[in-house]
Amino acid sequence: MKRSPREITGWSAAIAIVVIASLIPIVWIISLSFKDPSTIADGSFLPTKWTWTNYSGIFKQSLFTDALRNSIGIALIATLISVVLACFAAYAIARLDFPGKRLILVFALAIAMFPPISIVGPLYNMWRNIGLYDTWPGLIIPYMTFALPLAIFTLSAFFREIPWELEQAAQVDGATPFQAFFKVIAPLAAPGVFTTAILVFLFCWNDFVFAVSLTSTSKAETVPAAIASFPGASQFTAPIGSIAAAAVVVTIPIIVIVLLFQRRIVAGLTAGAVKG
Amino acid sequence: MADITLEHITKRYGDGYEAVKDLNLEIADGEFMILVGPSGCGKSTALRMVAGLEDISDGQLKIGGELVNDRAPKDRDIAMVFQNYALYPHMTVRENMGFALKLAKTPQAEIDRKVNEVAQVLDLEQHLERKPANLSGGQRQRVAMGRAIVRDPKAFLMDEPLSNLDAKLRVQMRTEISRLQQQLGTTMIYVTHDQTEALTLGDRIAVMRSGVLQQVGSPGELYANPTNLFVAGFVGSPSMNFLPGELADGVVKLPIGDVRLSDEARQDLEGGGGPAKGRQVIAGMRPEHFEDSGLVHDPPSGVKFPVTIDVLESMGSEYYAYFNVESGRVASQELDELAQDSGVGEIPHAGSRTQVVARLDAASTVKQGEPGELWYDSSRLQLFDPESGRSLLTHSKVD
Repeated sequence: MKRSPREITGWSAAIAIVVIASLIPIVWIISLSFKDPSTIADGSFLPTKWTWTNYSGIFKQSLFTDALRNSIGIALIATLISVVLACFAAYAIARLDFPGKRLILVFALAIAMFPPISIVGPLYNMWRNIGLYDTWPGLIIPYMTFALPLAIFTLSAFFREIPWELEQAAQVDGATPFQAFFKVIAPLAAPGVFTTAILVFLFCWNDFVFAVSLTSTSKAETVPAAIASFPGASQFTAPIGSIAAAAVVVTIPIIVIVLLFQRRIVAGLTAGAVKG
Repeated sequence: MADITLEHITKRYGDGYEAVKDLNLEIADGEFMILVGPSGCGKSTALRMVAGLEDISDGQLKIGGELVNDRAPKDRDIAMVFQNYALYPHMTVRENMGFALKLAKTPQAEIDRKVNEVAQVLDLEQHLERKPANLSGGQRQRVAMGRAIVRDPKAFLMDEPLSNLDAKLRVQMRTEISRLQQQLGTTMIYVTHDQTEALTLGDRIAVMRSGVLQQVGSPGELYANPTNLFVAGFVGSPSMNFLPGELADGVVKLPIGDVRLSDEARQDLEGGGGPAKGRQVIAGMRPEHFEDSGLVHDPPSGVKFPVTIDVLESMGSEYYAYFNVESGRVASQELDELAQDSGVGEIPHAGSRTQVVARLDAASTVKQGEPGELWYDSSRLQLFDPESGRSLLTHSKVD
């Protein structure tokens, strides 16, 4: 299909507007993070006095480094457990016919739609009573609650794409169901698993509501919650520079991950399995 | 290598639908057995039960004398070629072919030796390091075959392996498969919906229809002695013509004229009991048993009749002549099903006329749209009961 020059100009303009609109806040916060505290409120878009002090500052605070450690640990563990469990569940949903299959999917969907804020109150009380408040599991468990349905949904879509014959061929070739899964299905589902893992990781990494409500100290506080409690240089100065620097630091891993894996996410590995 | 026995095999689904009903089949060691039938006849389901990919609801399946009903596919030592090949896309051709051996913990040197050997047979040597995505349809098909052959299994199961190839390649691969099977001498069950493939490939053919085995026999037997209308109409191309008839004294009254019955046919009809005279029958006439009467000299038996050829198709080596005869429609559920399956059912019939196809020698002088005279070899006439569809003859001659 050939597009007319007018169409091309129109689309290009629209895309440019969207890209600029979404990039401005990011550029802005990067710019803020490099501003000297004395010029932080000068209103200019680019820093007039460049400085690294905001960055070196936050890495000197144990508040931030502890939070970074918590964020990485909690997000990784929650992602790993959710993806492994979701793999099994999604595989069963895609392949097997069992009573209540639809019900499971409907429930999963319902839970994914649940507003997180509505369970924060009860969880806060429960966690305090059973000793999960301000611990890693205390955050990992609610993250999994929301990450699992998401993961099951995306993964079962990926599993359904893989021709069933491949697994049967493996079985006839002498593979046990586990071998068929790990040697044939899993490698083919890898792009799907990566995509799902990234989505789940993003969810856990970005969460603010649970982190701010269910933690209170550097034992389990994650970066988004920690940023909110940054102290200023004095009681009366807002720590805008530090907040901006911290925000940039936590955004970097996400950007790196997405850039690294985008090709895997997009590539369809199943090409050539069956007659195309 | 082993023989395969299916005893009263039935496949029943949860909703009570029976895809395969009481299937009995004995496949000898080294035999090339074809399961053929229209789509939905249960042939693939039967094959998948042999492979172990479908549970057997009832009956016994024996491979090499051992009951294997409850064995997993991996423990049955069979190899299967799937319709869409089901090659592992993340593995190279070499890995695809060696996968089964690797699972069986065969030493790597042995795997390499076998894969190379089979690759040579199938002309895949220069493609061994490529991925399936980069192969052509025919090459993928050969890899799928190679994956089965490498294992040297008790039996090969093939589920319409050629249906995804284009016509020319299909004929080539058909010959190839036939040659391979003779060379390997391995028992093979081959599922197809294409009767030409079935006739050309198989030692024996099992024709199925809606889950029920209709007839098992050599291609010659099926062609010469179909047990019912369905088999008669399914086997042979162009397919058999059916005309309504009525039995009279030693003859069948057909729309094209009275055809004398052979002595054997008469014996069969009398042996079958019931009043032979006045009985309604369906006559089956193969296109190749017609001839231009000008080309038949001293016919041993037969009937000559005048026709007007509507359409004359030249095949080079022969003509297909289409003409209409005045007759009531031949009504039979089996024939309706056949027509539906082949798509012929959608072509509207011209009232009370039945179209007949005759295959004539290329030397024939008949002309399209002009009257002519044809001859029919009445010794080849097939007679069927209109109600049950069963053949009324038991021993026609086998070519």
